[in-house]
Amino acid sequence: MKLHHVLLKTLKAIGIAVIVNVSVSYASEALPLADDPVVEQRLNTIAEELRCLVCQNESLAGSRADLALDLRRELRGLIKAGKSDAEIKDFMVSRYGDFVLYRPPVKPQTWLLWFAPLILLCIGLLVLVRTVKHSQSKHSRAGEDDWELETPVSASEKKKD
Amino acid sequence: MKNKAWIPFAIFVVLVAFLAIGLKLNPREVPSPLFGKPAPAFSAPRLHAPEKTLSNVDMLGKVWMLNVWASWCVACRVEHPVLMNFAKTNTLPIIGLDYKDTAVDGTKWLAQHGDPYETSVTDPDGRIGINFGVYGVPETFIIDKAGVIRHKHIGPVTDAALKDIIVPMVRELQK
Repeated sequence: MKLHHVLLKTLKAIGIAVIVNVSVSYASEALPLADDPVVEQRLNTIAEELRCLVCQNESLAGSRADLALDLRRELRGLIKAGKSDAEIKDFMVSRYGDFVLYRPPVKPQTWLLWFAPLILLCIGLLVLVRTVKHSQSKHSRAGEDDWELETPVSASEKKKD
Repeated sequence: MKNKAWIPFAIFVVLVAFLAIGLKLNPREVPSPLFGKPAPAFSAPRLHAPEKTLSNVDMLGKVWMLNVWASWCVACRVEHPVLMNFAKTNTLPIIGLDYKDTAVDGTKWLAQHGDPYETSVTDPDGRIGINFGVYGVPETFIIDKAGVIRHKHIGPVTDAALKDIIVPMVRELQK
């Protein structure tokens, strides 16, 4: 009876220990995800706007490249240190240049980049307006031509009559 | 209208010119904003003597080369013989930055392939690399006597790059 009791107690203890251990290990594995969601949220918003330099068509937020992991770690540190978004972007630009920004700043070097679409649109509109005007005047002139042509024909028809 | 037929052709030629130039550009070569600016401050343990550190201040007064390498870097194997030969010319001190590597692997790699560096410093978490704007290995910087970055070579250094660009520049800076 006593032996039974002891065995049961031991088993219970082992069971509890196992459960506790399992839950503890789960908790420690889940920790990085739960690591300050506010910081992660801000990190993601900023990193979406930054280019990963290794895989150049991916954002820093989406990239799994080693450098992207390191840079996210650095940015996380800056966020925790209370830096503003502008300061964090400056950190990146001072090291990697404007190329890391998906929205390049407006400055003389990038004027062509920013305003070329607008200029092309204006040129397109100008060409459109001119073409329409031209074809309109041609159309009206063609109308006159038709009318002029008609007279000799009708005249010849009259002759036939 | 017919006498304006050359306009689309002219636009086409301009477009082709732009595309041709675009094809010749290497998108991997991102111009470094660090060009002409003081090299970022660092102080890191030496690979072969971790108890001693090397900092950018130690190199002031010398024109020197910082070569970023790693034992895991495949392109470094291409570059390494070039650096080994270049080191023999004693043109300038070459400092290695063992980027995101373990000291064991780094030491083993240098023992295996030869060591062209005056000293290598370790950067296991890649922080020095980030401060230098490194985004791939190998990368090479030329830093002048005042500690200003004068040149950045992206990718393996070649004999041609040494002969045509780096050595003439170093000679000029050493004057």
